[in-house]
Amino acid sequence: MATEGHQEHPLSIYLWIWVLLFVLSTFSYMVDYIGFEGYLRWSLILIFMFAKAGFIIAIFMHMAWERIALIYAILGPPVLLLFLIGLMAVEGDYTLLTRLDFFGETDFVAAH
Amino acid sequence: MASDVTESGAAAATVPEGFQGLTRDWSSDKQTFQVPWGKAMMWIFLLSDTFIFTCFLTSYMNVRMSTRVPWPNPSEVFALSFGGEPIPLILIAIMTFILITSSGTMALAVNYGYRRDRAKTAALMFITAGLGASFVGMQAFEWTKLIADEGVRPWSNPMGAPQFGSTFFMITGFHGAHVSAGVIYLAVVALKVLKGDYEASGNYQIVEITGLYWHFVDLVWVFIFAFFYLW
Repeated sequence: MATEGHQEHPLSIYLWIWVLLFVLSTFSYMVDYIGFEGYLRWSLILIFMFAKAGFIIAIFMHMAWERIALIYAILGPPVLLLFLIGLMAVEGDYTLLTRLDFFGETDFVAAH
Repeated sequence: MASDVTESGAAAATVPEGFQGLTRDWSSDKQTFQVPWGKAMMWIFLLSDTFIFTCFLTSYMNVRMSTRVPWPNPSEVFALSFGGEPIPLILIAIMTFILITSSGTMALAVNYGYRRDRAKTAALMFITAGLGASFVGMQAFEWTKLIADEGVRPWSNPMGAPQFGSTFFMITGFHGAHVSAGVIYLAVVALKVLKGDYEASGNYQIVEITGLYWHFVDLVWVFIFAFFYLW
């Protein structure tokens, strides 16, 4: 079906993914609407986010039908970003501790 | 090892030197990606864009983790009231659905492009561009409300951590610029499809390449929605 660079697939698969993305978006909105807190909230947000991102890349952007050379070249490098995120998380934590050490707890009062 | 040296030495003697050699070495007369060059280049551009947006979101994570001041609650900041009780994040939810809808129409446009159905392809692309334009319009409304009514500035805001403003304007602004550019891109390609510019070659690959960009814009919004608005 998918010959070189020609990505033509049945319409039904797009319509199904479309519906699925709507459902997943509703779910992720409901996470906020219902007001889940803590680890339950964060894990639900991440699950719905990765599911949506995965369907968009795999089906809408046709990555599922591309050759593995292209898939690895595009999806491989972003893995490096996990190191950046990890390092910046450690750095942010350290900055917070330093600030608390020098300035103490916040004295901010919200205007309303 | 020794055989490697002699092999590369033998190869160097047969290939040209200078700039000709440079292009020859890089192309190597081989094709890596079995897709049209335009599509490969769009993917590589999107890869670089991924790094830019990740840098924005990572710096947002960093400042949000490191501030002593409580972060403004996005659920309340972006709530909107239609006469009654304010509904949390409602405008953002509508914007999310609009962008997903536009991704769907774009996917259909690609499909009709390959069937060489010019009218349907162009119509679906114009619908996609229209939905994108309405997304930007809602974003303009959201910014206006935040700046004029809520007093959010890049350096301060009445609700909490001052970094909220700078990260919000940077991230959503950069995304909004991508949507705006995408609307123009879509309109230009749709017009060319309608005019029949691709009929001679019968090659509607450009619709898919435009689609890749548009789906990427939707993809970035998925991450912004999760990390900035929902977290």
